[in-house]
Amino acid sequence: MTTTPAPPAVLAAQAEEAAPDPVRPARSRRLKPWYRNGTLVVGLVIVGLLVAVAVFAPLLAPYDPVKQDLQNALQSPGAEHWLGTDKYGRDVLSRLIWGARVDLRIGFLAVLIPFVVGTVVGALAGYFGGWFDTVVMRVVDVFFAFPFYVLVIVLVFVLGAGESSIYLAIAAVSWVAYAKIMRGELLVAKKQDYVTAARLGGMSHGRILLKHIAPNVLSQALIYACSDIVMDILAIVTLGYLGLGIAPPTAEWGSMILDGQEFITTQWLQATIPGLAVVVTSLGLSLLGDGLSDQLSPERRK
Amino acid sequence: MLDRLRFIPARLVQSIPVVFGVTVVVFFMVHLLPGNPALVLLGQSATPERVAALNTQLGLDQPLWDQYLRFLGNLVQLDLGQSITYQRPVTELIGDAVPVTLSLLAYALVLSLVISVPLAALAASAPGRVRDAAVRVFTLLGQGMPQFWVGIMLILLLGVKAQAFPVGGYGVTAGEHLYYLFLPALTLAIAMSPTTIRSLRASTIGVLGSDHVATARSKGAAGTTLFRRHVLRNAAIPTVSIIGVNLGYLVGGSLVIEKVFAVPGLGSLMVNAIFARDFPTIQAVALVVALFVVVVGILTDVVYTAIDPRVDLAAKERA
Repeated sequence: MTTTPAPPAVLAAQAEEAAPDPVRPARSRRLKPWYRNGTLVVGLVIVGLLVAVAVFAPLLAPYDPVKQDLQNALQSPGAEHWLGTDKYGRDVLSRLIWGARVDLRIGFLAVLIPFVVGTVVGALAGYFGGWFDTVVMRVVDVFFAFPFYVLVIVLVFVLGAGESSIYLAIAAVSWVAYAKIMRGELLVAKKQDYVTAARLGGMSHGRILLKHIAPNVLSQALIYACSDIVMDILAIVTLGYLGLGIAPPTAEWGSMILDGQEFITTQWLQATIPGLAVVVTSLGLSLLGDGLSDQLSPERRK
Repeated sequence: MLDRLRFIPARLVQSIPVVFGVTVVVFFMVHLLPGNPALVLLGQSATPERVAALNTQLGLDQPLWDQYLRFLGNLVQLDLGQSITYQRPVTELIGDAVPVTLSLLAYALVLSLVISVPLAALAASAPGRVRDAAVRVFTLLGQGMPQFWVGIMLILLLGVKAQAFPVGGYGVTAGEHLYYLFLPALTLAIAMSPTTIRSLRASTIGVLGSDHVATARSKGAAGTTLFRRHVLRNAAIPTVSIIGVNLGYLVGGSLVIEKVFAVPGLGSLMVNAIFARDFPTIQAVALVVALFVVVVGILTDVVYTAIDPRVDLAAKERA
């Protein structure tokens, strides 16, 4: 028994798995083709569109996102500037589009290190057990004692604001969730008959882990990664809002909200629009995650 | 009942390594700073004298091991050092801020239940139907909104447009606290609700399908009476542990929200300390918050055992 539990997202998912759902009787659990899975398709479309916006930002944005034009500062939406201009006269729509580039890139990249480190460490701990498992789980407990934002904010502060600090801070904090998930998966998987059979067949531990167990257990880490990207993007935006994120004048959604908050009484769209962009992004990724979860492990879903 | 709470001592002992680890992490934070921490901390205000003074204050001229032992020794005496910006003992600053943050969290917890219980019941009453889907959209949106942005939007709608609530501060009397903290508490409650709703919905669906509910139905119980008497109590049990984790987790969010609403709690203390590069205060807030999470974890287990006669953590310990 460990003393600090997994993050709420993990727990909520587990709680839902446990509950039987009367609307979906056993026979309908057969795998649907992915394109018939509405949640997955909507998620894919939203995320796909956002990625396209990010990739083609230079072509889509009508103005230079960092070019100041103080004579036209704080304009309301109109024909010239569809979403108006900020206090430096920069085009809000262009900043929103370029912001997608920054926030999505960091969000997607930030998930890679913790995914790999956490998955490997958790899998080894679960598979081999013993002192390594004990040590890893104690460390995991300690990290879970710190709320996500507290550790990320403090680490980014200590390492200095900026992109590489964000990657390091997020990696340091979020590998533990993957480790916990994978350890749990491995504890179950290693008792399965196919593993025993492989062992009896004289296969090495490394080969069993890579060839036989990994394909069966990685899906859970992958599903968690979708909600983890959402958390990372929220963290990046929050850091930007606190002034610890990407340095100005680079367009980034969090710092746009910070800039807009000043003018909440007169130009409320300024703080509202970038927040909506975050909401749409998170929604797309959450739907993608739920859809993946339906496809990859239908027996666990409600 | 008391018998079943015998797991508490063992649970406390189990927390010791975690608390120990937390102190190690908090201690080593200062050593992650590149170069001479004192120099970096003081930034532009660094003079040779101030650097030397801070070095001595933080004990940075001692070997690492001695520094850590000194840190632990001071901690046991509740000495968290002197705040660099406020020129007051950090313990005093923390003492002022903790009640504010705790009342904000308690307030948010109550509001989140007011939001979550009806929505979860609504969704569970017709799984897969329109209302269930609507509640699911709410939870997805709730999880995807940056918390500070929700705060700003509430300021915009209820503070600026409707002029119904103050947009910042804390007030003086208890009544004023309730009034001033409403918007920040609602912000946190919105962040807290999605996981509570998801968990409660799932467990309610499970309980609705169970035999005792069928019996209650056959005896004529229906509607809210059925829900209140026969469903909610059972469905709430797994949700308690989720709320416990969530609460610890949301302390992190409350830090940022306090900043948005200028609530003088731990969050404002930490964010201001970060901008002032006041490292003893940052360390102290991180430590207090982590200890809070550990304590909430223990309390959650106690509540969990208390409300569910079937859970026996003491037996689990023995096994």
